[in-house]
Amino acid sequence: MARNRGRDAQMTRWVMIGLPYVWLLIFFLAPFAIVLKLSFSEMRIAQPPYGPTWDSWEGIAAYFSALNFENYAFIFEDPLYVNAYLNSLQIAAISTVLTLAIGYPMAYAIARAPAQWRGLLLMLVILPFWTSFLIRVYAWIGILKPEGLLNLALASLGVIDPEEPLRIYNTVIAVYIGIVYSYLPFMVLPLYANLSKLDPALLEASADLGARPLKAFWRVTLPLSLPGVAAGCFLVFIPAVGEFVIPTLLGGADTVMIGRTMYNEFFSNRDWPLASAVAVLLLLVLIAPIVLFQRAAAQREVGG
Amino acid sequence: MSGGHNSAVAPRRRSGRGPGMGWFLSLSLALGFAFLYLPILLLIVFSFNDSKLVTVWGGWTLRWYGELLGNEAMLNAAWVTLKVALFSSTIAAVLGTMAGYALARLGRFRGRTLFSGMVTAPLVMPEVITGLSLLLSFVAISLDRGVVTIVLAHATFSMCYVAVVVQSRLAGFDDSVEEAAMDLGARPATVFFRVTLPLILPAVAAGWLLSFTLSMDDLVIAQFVTGPGATTLPMKVFSSVRLGVTPEINALSTILIGVVATGVLTATVIERRSLARRANPA
Repeated sequence: MARNRGRDAQMTRWVMIGLPYVWLLIFFLAPFAIVLKLSFSEMRIAQPPYGPTWDSWEGIAAYFSALNFENYAFIFEDPLYVNAYLNSLQIAAISTVLTLAIGYPMAYAIARAPAQWRGLLLMLVILPFWTSFLIRVYAWIGILKPEGLLNLALASLGVIDPEEPLRIYNTVIAVYIGIVYSYLPFMVLPLYANLSKLDPALLEASADLGARPLKAFWRVTLPLSLPGVAAGCFLVFIPAVGEFVIPTLLGGADTVMIGRTMYNEFFSNRDWPLASAVAVLLLLVLIAPIVLFQRAAAQREVGG
Repeated sequence: MSGGHNSAVAPRRRSGRGPGMGWFLSLSLALGFAFLYLPILLLIVFSFNDSKLVTVWGGWTLRWYGELLGNEAMLNAAWVTLKVALFSSTIAAVLGTMAGYALARLGRFRGRTLFSGMVTAPLVMPEVITGLSLLLSFVAISLDRGVVTIVLAHATFSMCYVAVVVQSRLAGFDDSVEEAAMDLGARPATVFFRVTLPLILPAVAAGWLLSFTLSMDDLVIAQFVTGPGATTLPMKVFSSVRLGVTPEINALSTILIGVVATGVLTATVIERRSLARRANPA
């Protein structure tokens, strides 16, 4: 009986770990290997539209001798790609800072609101996240267009001349607005989780010792909330670097971001190997922040 | 609310928190919510606008909703999207629950670091990378692209969200009840289905709902892995949005927002009720 239970426990363990593990190996990890492999091949007008292919063990030897780095060389020689990478990092970084600037006071206000209000306020932050991302980005087109609602409102208030509307749509500013808007809940939630655990006794102690509220905030609250700040920033920055929908819908022709470049390389130029190389380089750029994010997540897990 | 919330966190102190800070926080909260909700509200209002020009108000109408219901391609896309969301979120709920349970309850095992890495990485991975890599894999194994491949792709990233939700729910319970059931001679599978699963059911349901919405919402990954004949609603919306703002898309958006808001509010009410029942059992 006891041995039977031991075997059962072992079986349960195997199934619980094994099934999702194998699934993720097949559908998450292995695909990266394929992207890596393809990034070293060249485009062919055939099915599949790349070569050399890799279908047997002899094929592997032949494959490695035919390996070429042309895609990578091409990316580094063409300023278009290098600019796209740098642009994406810059846009993502600035958007992350803006999101933090808006999200921190919100999270702090919710954490300090009366307990019976917090649930409702939190839900109000999460609710937009449940509605379609695409639709939320789309909503800004109607607002930011030259003949859109923002310019209409400003003109009727007499702030701007209706003949010379603000040009925000199709500029990088529209992209900032779109990213901040779409990713704000991702910033507020980890910050709230962190700030709500903060012991009020610490602030009382600093007040007792004569610190003014602002000083107490800078010296006590802010340093203690840094893990939340880090989690929020990673959750915004990493996906924002590869963002495709927002620069495509709100940005202009000159708002070049790498996700968009890769998408076009793939769908318009049908150059799968080059798109793969772009993806590999993007992943290399993001690997450090992703590892840091995971380490932070693991630490939270250990900490409780 | 600036006066009220100070006292809730800490009893009023001599120096307390300055009124300036409370003001600032309330104001930024109000502005933040305005920023979050104003665009959505405008979208909804303008879906009832009786004018082809989206920014000119021409009176109230339901015309665009009527045209939407007559749009065969749109309805087809909605049906495909619903099917994909239903299947992928169900697969994700099962696999994600297992993964969350493994991470929270099964301690150390070989390859745990890789496993937890594979569970958290998809949460932040840019969609273009996930989409491209999955498409290339499907091509490599010559799997016909269409609804099936979209379901596989969506199930993969959704299960990670489920796993995180389930894991954090399990972290909130100690395993004493499960241990007790074990001690009383229940088999491990019985313990899981009769003890653990009922405890985490709200988290599984929340994860399922989250997966469903993520699937309904996904454009980029679906665009990569789809094949002929499988057009989802976001693809349809995207291609028409690129041509400009149309009242029909506003109407569609309003319907989707309405469905989601109703669903989330219902879920919240149900959870509140079940919490209240647990707090004072009749």
